[in-house]
Amino acid sequence: MTELKLIKPGTRETKACCGQTQSAVHTQDEMSCKTCLPLIETEPPSWVTGTCMTDAGSIPTVSTDLTASDRWESVRCRTSAFRNNYTVHPGLYAVGAPNRYSDVLASANYKLSFDVLRKALKGLDVWILVLDTKGINVWCAAGKGTFGTDELIHRISILKLARIVDHRRIIVPQLGASGISAHKVKDAAGFEVCYGPVRAADIKAYIAAGYKATREQRTVKFSLIDRLILTPMEINPAMKKYYPRYALIILAIFGLQPGGIFFMEALVGGLPFLLLGLISLFAGALVTPALLPLIPFRSFALKGWITGILAVLLSTKFVAMLGHLNTILLIFTYLFFPLASSYIALQFTGSSTFTGMTGVKKELKMSAPLYIAGAVVSLILLLVYKLGEWRVL
Amino acid sequence: MKYLPNTASLKIYPERCAGCGMCIEVCPHGVFALENKKAVILDRDRCMECGACVGNCAFGALKVDKGVGCAAAVINSMIRGGEPSCDCSGPNKTGDCC
Repeated sequence: MTELKLIKPGTRETKACCGQTQSAVHTQDEMSCKTCLPLIETEPPSWVTGTCMTDAGSIPTVSTDLTASDRWESVRCRTSAFRNNYTVHPGLYAVGAPNRYSDVLASANYKLSFDVLRKALKGLDVWILVLDTKGINVWCAAGKGTFGTDELIHRISILKLARIVDHRRIIVPQLGASGISAHKVKDAAGFEVCYGPVRAADIKAYIAAGYKATREQRTVKFSLIDRLILTPMEINPAMKKYYPRYALIILAIFGLQPGGIFFMEALVGGLPFLLLGLISLFAGALVTPALLPLIPFRSFALKGWITGILAVLLSTKFVAMLGHLNTILLIFTYLFFPLASSYIALQFTGSSTFTGMTGVKKELKMSAPLYIAGAVVSLILLLVYKLGEWRVL
Repeated sequence: MKYLPNTASLKIYPERCAGCGMCIEVCPHGVFALENKKAVILDRDRCMECGACVGNCAFGALKVDKGVGCAAAVINSMIRGGEPSCDCSGPNKTGDCC
């Protein structure tokens, strides 16, 4: 542990990590070079268990066991903005007791990705090359280009990977392929990119099969569990972003009387619609993703509308509070809430594993005018209702 | 699961294909297969336009309008202009979408 050189990221050093002088380092990458070896401020993270000496310096060894704290943090990543700053330092790490012939596996510097990988490597002696993906997972970072050809070439070079291993092969997760051009890496860095399986859990089988993944291991699935895990990050933002604004408008409209805004009127009149708002939010953000393959049509907007209209129908039938709406409010209910569910369900395209940009653009071109028209007509209906209530109409 | 039919912008130029099979290896949805030593599109509707095949084809035999299939990103690009991207919270932040 004492061999690990400790440099606080961001501090000025006359000598950069990797034994290079500052002048030898790409200036725009000054910061990232300072972190190209996993540098730890004062205490190494709990998952670093020791160090491993190589010709290019000492490399931290990491544990393949996840602690309770790792697991709790992964739950927080799935549910909150905690994940926006959940990183490991980019650089090289050792698993087990790797040597000059051991495999090198590339990963992202999102701690959740790194944890899934190190857990899957239990019992192996390998190197992990963590790219600087700004704390984003492999697939998303590959889409953005941060898990990319240039970063991989740069990382191989500044870590002096060629001095650490004798082979010239690097296993890159298959989902990183959208950011990497294997032939360009080979030309520029001399390392052959071997695309591993989609899931880290298949890495051992992939290596044992002579760096070959089956078609099954190469295909992304989107199971019920996969979909459900993603729903908190659909529900939370919608609850924070849309619902408070919606609730405020509803309470203001129902509370507004000729004599001012009244709390009781706001609550009594608004409550059914606050409830319907919640129901449509969950129809779009939870029920639609959960039942995705079972709901007819391929369009997410249509799927969400169907879930929404069913939810509204069931609610008005079985929830006593919603059973006595007048005609105008009933029209508003059947117009607005299925559209709200549809809009929220459409956001799930961003979490799904199979939607393309051309398709999403096509969906939006068709649905955006409907959402806008629906919102305008809904507002007019509420105003007509108010004017009727005030006996103006 | 498949998305909208006949929308994916994926194109293949068989005359440039060397039959190396790289596209089959990187495609996360099994869109490609090799027939007579040339890559063919098995099922276009499975393509999510991630661009992995295009970036890894050393022979320029594939083309796709690569992009994020994310409504929030597309809506943001409609409002702010520019190409849809995952940077929901602006170009210098990590964003809270994916």
